[in-house]
Formats: sequence, structure tokens, C-alpha cells
Amino acid sequence: MSSALSTGRLGLQIRLPHATFAVSCDADQGGAKQISTRFDTDAKRGLTLISPTAIYVLLLLAVPLATIFAFSFWSQDFLSIDRTLTLKNYREAFTDPIYRVFLLRSLWISGVVTVVTVVLAFPIAYFVSFHVPPERKALWIFLITIPFWTSYLLRAFLWKVILGFNGVLNSGLLGLGLIDEPLTFILYNTNAVVITLAHAFAPFTILPIYVALEKIDRSLLEASQDLGEGTARTFFRVTLPLAMPGVVAATLIVFIPTIGDYVTPRLVGGPDGLMIANMIQTQFLKLNNAPMGAALSVLAMGAVTLISLIFLFANRRFLK
Amino acid sequence: MNWLRVYAIVYLVFLYLPVLLLPVFSFNDATVIAFPLQGFTTQWFKELAGIDALHGALKNSLFIGIVSATLSTILGICAARASTRYRFPFKAPIMGAIMLPLVLPEIIVAVSLLVVLMQLGFSLTSWTVIMGHTLICTPFAIAILSSSFQGLDQSLEEAAVDLGETRWGAFSKIILPLVTPGIVASFLIAFTISMDEFIIAFFLTGADPTLPVYIWSQLRFPKRLPSVMALGTLLIVASLVLLSIAEYFRRRGIRRTGAKDSGGFL
Repeated sequence: MSSALSTGRLGLQIRLPHATFAVSCDADQGGAKQISTRFDTDAKRGLTLISPTAIYVLLLLAVPLATIFAFSFWSQDFLSIDRTLTLKNYREAFTDPIYRVFLLRSLWISGVVTVVTVVLAFPIAYFVSFHVPPERKALWIFLITIPFWTSYLLRAFLWKVILGFNGVLNSGLLGLGLIDEPLTFILYNTNAVVITLAHAFAPFTILPIYVALEKIDRSLLEASQDLGEGTARTFFRVTLPLAMPGVVAATLIVFIPTIGDYVTPRLVGGPDGLMIANMIQTQFLKLNNAPMGAALSVLAMGAVTLISLIFLFANRRFLK
Repeated sequence: MNWLRVYAIVYLVFLYLPVLLLPVFSFNDATVIAFPLQGFTTQWFKELAGIDALHGALKNSLFIGIVSATLSTILGICAARASTRYRFPFKAPIMGAIMLPLVLPEIIVAVSLLVVLMQLGFSLTSWTVIMGHTLICTPFAIAILSSSFQGLDQSLEEAAVDLGETRWGAFSKIILPLVTPGIVASFLIAFTISMDEFIIAFFLTGADPTLPVYIWSQLRFPKRLPSVMALGTLLIVASLVLLSIAEYFRRRGIRRTGAKDSGGFL
């Protein structure tokens, strides 16, 4: 990098490039020129280095997403695609009740899953951050993440086994004499989808909240208590507001991908628990109507993005 | 704070419940996946050895996993190094776009790639799955590699350059050895993600299914379920071994660069 500048003040300069900047700028006029060339080489090297990844993402993500967007304004004409721009797909998506039901149900399920997952996960993150001794924290985090490196398909399928008519839960409760006949409200409906997805996304919520809690300066909590606040009020007025960036991140990390889940609704949702991803798949692979599938994808993503932005805006005061 | 500890333990049971059932049913001597258990058997594991379609799917998944993990680690090294070492224009939007697949629903990635590939007249093969898997594994690789690169003391590299090394020489002789544990961890994580990924493979695979696509096709046949359980048990053992190795290398990398351990992946 800056071999011309680096002799003598090696440590300071290199660890803190910003500081070098300021110091040499003040030092002399020639320094400014040197710095602007340095910035140029820095920028050039950075851009060159990132270009393979950036180009890959451009070609395999940006271009495909743009294509989906374009497709949503085209229409299927038997085996070929009619490329005249039309709002037909969107009109159909808004008027045909089946699409509306799928979209609204998906948003509802994603919302419920998000709330359930975050509310259940917060105490765990809090427990690990505040009540587990420092040397055992890594072990707890490891324990929490392990189950999620096993096949997602099989985990979703096993929930079907657990929640089923003569499944683990029902046979267990029957055996204990707690119920007289198997519970049926827990499989092949939205409840089952919520339970399975809440399980699938658990670590994605625990980790960001945990990281936010870890960052909280513990002396602030002591200060609050010293100034006469009780435990509960300290939690709600100090801990929770400071943990909000983690909660917001966790919320988005669950809410956005959940809308597109295909496996769980197919396995445990039954006919009334199917979500928009199942409809998108049907349009693309079964009905061979890619433009309609594209329009539904765009609508789902648009709705999720809009809700996420509103959520971010509502929480802006916690995010600096 | 006793109730919090109780809650944490109940929660862990909830997290581990499905995973623990897998080995239970894979050794259960019954064709129906339900309680009560019927006795011990290893026949479901023996059955696995005789299924050719499974072996094909496994080989295919291993190939896709290795290639995707290699590509995403290379792309991850470029991006992680660029973002931790240099300041350049449009850094935030570029990095944002690269990390986007982390939150984007996989079905959106899958259908958008499918549409483009169909329009360009590509036929679906293992390579189309690799394209998709590389895309979704790269953000994970970057997350792991960034922490390796971030912990580096830049003065080491500067010293090498001052002592007459070329920039590439300094990178390959000083930086690479220091981040090798991070590279190994990134490769293993990307490999595990690719091996487990279903939706993208489901949409983009051609005639040769991957392992999850094969498993999906078997879930419809009740008779096949016990052997699917056995297969799942083997997969859990395999991913636990891989993850322990990855965690070992990640910790070693953090110790090597002298940074503080912030716990687990992600």
C-alpha cells in the first residue's frame, strides 16, 4: 500500500489509515497529492479485487432478477412467450381470489412465524449473554447452532412425524393420559407450518439478538439500578432499547426468507397451509405459466420489501 | 434466574427434538414411523447399500458440493479481502448486492435463474445447480473470511513489502498462510450448505438429482421412510464431523491472528 509513507511510523499509520490521512494532510501540501494518488490506487485495487465476485452476482443475480421483473409484464401464449407489455398477470393476481388468498396467507404466516420466533428466541439470547459464564458462551452458541446443520428437508419431515395423528406428541400425551383422543389441530394446517418454521429459523434470530446484547456496556445497567430503577424497568428502559438493533435484524432475517418457503407448507401445511412459493412452483413447473409465476414472485417480494421498510422506519430511532 | 435456565433447557429440547428422533427411528424395527418402538434393527442401513439411485444422487451432490464450495470460497476471498483491506467507491451497494442472497427467499433465486437459463437455451445439468449454489454460498464464505482478514495485522504485509517482497509475494507468503484456517472453514461450511440445499437444486437440476432432491422424491413413499431415516442419520453424523472440523479451523484461525473469539458461525 503506502510504502512511501510507511517508514518510521509503521504501527500507527498502518493500523489506522484514517489517522495517517489526517496527519499527512496537515503536514505539507505535497502530502495531499500523494494521498489522492494513494486513494486512487486503493480504489482501483479494491475494485479489481472485488470485480470477480461483483460480476458473478451481477450476471447470476441482478440479471435474473431483472428478467423475472420483465417476465411479469409478459404473457404465456401456449408454448411461446408473448413479449408485449401487459398488466394482465397483475390484474389476475389481484382479482382471482386464489392468488389473493395465497399471498395474504403467506404474509400472515411469515408475520406470525417472525413474532413467535423472535419472542421465543429473545430469552435464550438474554440467558446466554447475561447468565452464562463467559468461558461457556461459545459452547452454548455451538449447541444452539448444531441442529441447523442437519438436513432441512428431514427436519421439516420429522415435524410431520412429531405432530401427526399417531405421532410422537399425540402418542406421548395419550400415554400420559393427558388427552383422550389424538389432537388434530396441530398437523396439516397453518399451526404446523408456524411451529416448523419457528424451529427452522431459531438460530437466525438468537444469534443477532445475542450479538446485540453482548455489545451492551454492563455499567449502564448498574448505573440504572444505582439511580433507583428496578430490574424490570432497567430491562425495558435500558437493555431492550439497546438490544433493538439485534431484534430488528432478527425480525428481517426471519420475515424475508420465510415468505418464500416451499418445503414446510408442502410437508406439514395440508391444503389450507400452502404458501405463495408452492403457487409459484406450480405456475413455473406444472402449469408452464412462467409470466404468472414471475408476477407472483414480484408481488411477494414487493410486499415483503414494503413491510420491511415500514418496519425499519418504525424502528429508526433504535438504529442510530 | 432459575426460570430462565429452565426455559433455556426446554428450548434446547425443542431444538433437538426432531434431530434426536432421526436415529431413534432409523434403528426401529417397523415400517411405520410412529411410536411405540418395535425393537432394534440395522436392516434400514443395510438396505441403503443396495439403492443405485441413491449412490448416483450422493456422487452428484458431492461433486456439486465440492465445486460450489471451491468457487464460492474463491469469490469469497476476493470480496472479503477487498472489503476489509481497501476503500473504494460504491463499496456499500456492491457488498450489499453480494450479501443479498443471504436474505433473499431461495425460491426467488431458483425461479429467476431458471427463467434466464431457459431463455438462453441452456439445458439443466449439475453445472446449473452449481451456479445457483455458488451464488448462495458466497455470502456465508464472505462472512467467515471477513473475520479472518479483519483480524490480520496489516503491518506484517507492509513489512514484507518494505523488505522487498512483491505485493503478490507478500499476499501468498504472509496473508494466505494466516487466513488458511478461515479458508478451510469457509470451504466446509459452503460444502455443507450445498449438500443440504433443496429448492435451487429442485428447480435447476437436470436428469441427475442431488441427494436432497432424491430424499424429497422418497418422502412420498411410506415404505421407503425407514431407510430415509437411516440415510438422515448418516448425514447428521457426516455434517457433525465436517462442522467440528470447520469449528476447529475457525478457532485456530482466530487464535493465529490474535483476535477475540465471538462464538459460532454466522
